[in-house]
Amino acid sequence: MSDVAVAPSGADMAWNPPARGIVGMVCLILAEASIFIIFIVAYIFYIGKSLNGPTPKDVLSLPIFTSICLLSSSLTVHAAVSALRRGQQRLCSLWLAATVLLGGIFLAGTAHEWYDLIYNHGLTIGTNLFGTTFYSLVGLHASHVVVGLIMLTLALWFSLRGQMRHHHSEKLEVLSLYWHFVDAVWVVVFLVVYVLGR
Amino acid sequence: MATQIPFDQAHVPEGTGDQTRPRLWLEVLHEWVTTVDHKKIGMMYIGYALFFLVVAGFEALLMRIQLAVPNNSFVSPEVFNGLFTMHGTTMVFFVGMPILFGFGNYLIPLMIGARDMAFPRLNAFSFWISAFGGILLYYSYIGGSGLYGAGSAPDVGWFAYAPLTAKVFSPGHSTDYWTLSLLLTGIGTIGTALNIVATIISMRCPGMKMSRLPLLPWLYLVTSGLTFVAVGPLTAAQIMLMLDRYLGSHFFDTQAGGSAVLWMHFFWIFGHPEVYILVLPAFAFANEIIPVFSRKAIFGYPAMVAASVGIGFVSLSVWAHHMFTVGLGAAENTFFVLATMAISVPTGIKIFNWLATLWGGKIQFTSSMMFAIAFLFQFLIAGLTGIMLSVAPFDWQLGNSYFVVAHFHYVLVGAILFMLFSAFYYWYPKMTGRMLSEKLGKWHFWLFLIGFHLTFDFMHVPGLLGMPRRIYTYEADRGWMIWNMIVSSGAVVQAVATLLFVYNMIWSYFKGPVAGPDPWDAWTLEWATPSPPPSYNFAETPEVSSRRPLWDLKHPDDPDGDYEIGPSHRQRAKQKEETA
Repeated sequence: MSDVAVAPSGADMAWNPPARGIVGMVCLILAEASIFIIFIVAYIFYIGKSLNGPTPKDVLSLPIFTSICLLSSSLTVHAAVSALRRGQQRLCSLWLAATVLLGGIFLAGTAHEWYDLIYNHGLTIGTNLFGTTFYSLVGLHASHVVVGLIMLTLALWFSLRGQMRHHHSEKLEVLSLYWHFVDAVWVVVFLVVYVLGR
Repeated sequence: MATQIPFDQAHVPEGTGDQTRPRLWLEVLHEWVTTVDHKKIGMMYIGYALFFLVVAGFEALLMRIQLAVPNNSFVSPEVFNGLFTMHGTTMVFFVGMPILFGFGNYLIPLMIGARDMAFPRLNAFSFWISAFGGILLYYSYIGGSGLYGAGSAPDVGWFAYAPLTAKVFSPGHSTDYWTLSLLLTGIGTIGTALNIVATIISMRCPGMKMSRLPLLPWLYLVTSGLTFVAVGPLTAAQIMLMLDRYLGSHFFDTQAGGSAVLWMHFFWIFGHPEVYILVLPAFAFANEIIPVFSRKAIFGYPAMVAASVGIGFVSLSVWAHHMFTVGLGAAENTFFVLATMAISVPTGIKIFNWLATLWGGKIQFTSSMMFAIAFLFQFLIAGLTGIMLSVAPFDWQLGNSYFVVAHFHYVLVGAILFMLFSAFYYWYPKMTGRMLSEKLGKWHFWLFLIGFHLTFDFMHVPGLLGMPRRIYTYEADRGWMIWNMIVSSGAVVQAVATLLFVYNMIWSYFKGPVAGPDPWDAWTLEWATPSPPPSYNFAETPEVSSRRPLWDLKHPDDPDGDYEIGPSHRQRAKQKEETA
């Protein structure tokens, strides 16, 4: 099949289709976004429809500090990718470590919030419709944070051992896309749960 | 028979080299289980789907035997409920989706001149997790009721309306098997769809711009895009149902203020795009097969692409036409009536373009082409009953009747299954290196056509006479008996025809005439490889300069590129010479 090359005309123009990793991650984000949209629609649909308390107004407080931590981790992961692109591996490790730390603070904040809701306010997933939709939506997001943190920690591990090199920057960028998505979802969840829903 | 394409003698198909010892079956098994080759995975998808096609077809036969005469007691009501649930679920998730993804897996890298899919290992993972989902669903026959007693299959219908699926009304584990198997299959489906998009966008061979992409990959691109936005809601709804059943949440629990209608919305937001996910690949096959057997290029390539993308978008806003009988209100009903009617416009454009492709062509009536032509007629009729049902007041009258069952089987069998048979006759020579028997193929076609029309034409009538779906028997004085008898006898004819097809596939694998690389004198890149293609597909990455690269190769005096918009490659070459 050596001469299936049909005509030479294609050769004179540059042939650079988009990177498959980026395309794949964009597709995954699209699929994940549609899952989140359904949970968000369910949350909005059931606002104020609980038959018994506690209501969001009674128990929810704005998680401003942890939200700032999560959103700024988007900046640090972006800085890590740019550092790797410029070949600055040590700087990349530093920014990755900052990302993992900020993500960890967010997760600890969620854990603290849930502990408070369950033990001090008696709100569980079975208490009322608010509990049902709150824990499933925030929990779905938190599980995505956990997955992202595991992958970022792996990247940090490779980076610290000096195994992450300049030519891996595209792969790190794919991971950073996922992390940006997780942050963007949090903006929507924050607005729906803590602003609109209260 | 056809134009031979020269190929490098050093690259003869595997297995004909210096292998003297026949391989042990364990080695063959190991190779198939561990493979990441898109062709092997594609064939496993197809084989797996054919197995479930026989299983779910058998379930349909049992139901038709039960309904053939009034007051029948061939199966009990409980078994009947399990049968229609399993038949529907199996046909949609374990026949339709895998067989279409199987063809996509096999053909897309070959058609775009790539060595493999974008993510070969993800491809294998997606297949095996989908396969596990199917096995899990059927394991429910043994383990369905868990500790409560003997096994039983899910019996809540394929769309599993709430609150029937709540723990109180569906005790035991049969519904959980349904939920979990769809959740797993959903992961595999999204993985494969993602892989197909990344392959089509990123792995095209040099020169294959999106405007030169064959229509099959184009339509698979639309199907995969729909998969992301359709399977996501299904996955979300299944997670909610699991939380309801296991952690005591109240999403669909009407006792705690939850809404049963919300499940209907979530399910059909998946369910209606799903119909288009299944039918777009059938269109994709028609786009490749009809031009080749008409000996003409496809009519209106850009209109075909635009119509497919249009169908993709409009199909996202028609889901509630499954819910007219709920009583959504006048404004909602009007919107969904109009959206549903609007989708018939791009679909009509497609039918028009296929007819225009046939017009004036030198039509070759191979088995493949005969199935494709039957597809055109039957798809039109299915679309017409669809427009009837899209009118809300008409739907109030006939919703949940056998008229609806006849309508969607006309789409699923009359359009999709016919086009799948057509695709088998067309690409079987590429996959195995042997032609399917044309004589048996013609028998298969005529028998199946007669059986299909006996069953599904006459199924509209008991629907109009008021026979509801999902009933396990009926009384003799309703006047439905003669129609049900005809419908059931047609089902038997279809079963015989399908057995003939299976026999043809097995017989031809050993005894069929050798196909050669390009038995149909076709134009897309898959026919430039030996049959079956070697694991690396192309010894050298091909380069294309038009939509029909093999036409260019066979007719260097009249290449397709000359008819593209913009300067042709000949003109460009001339310019180059002048500047040099």
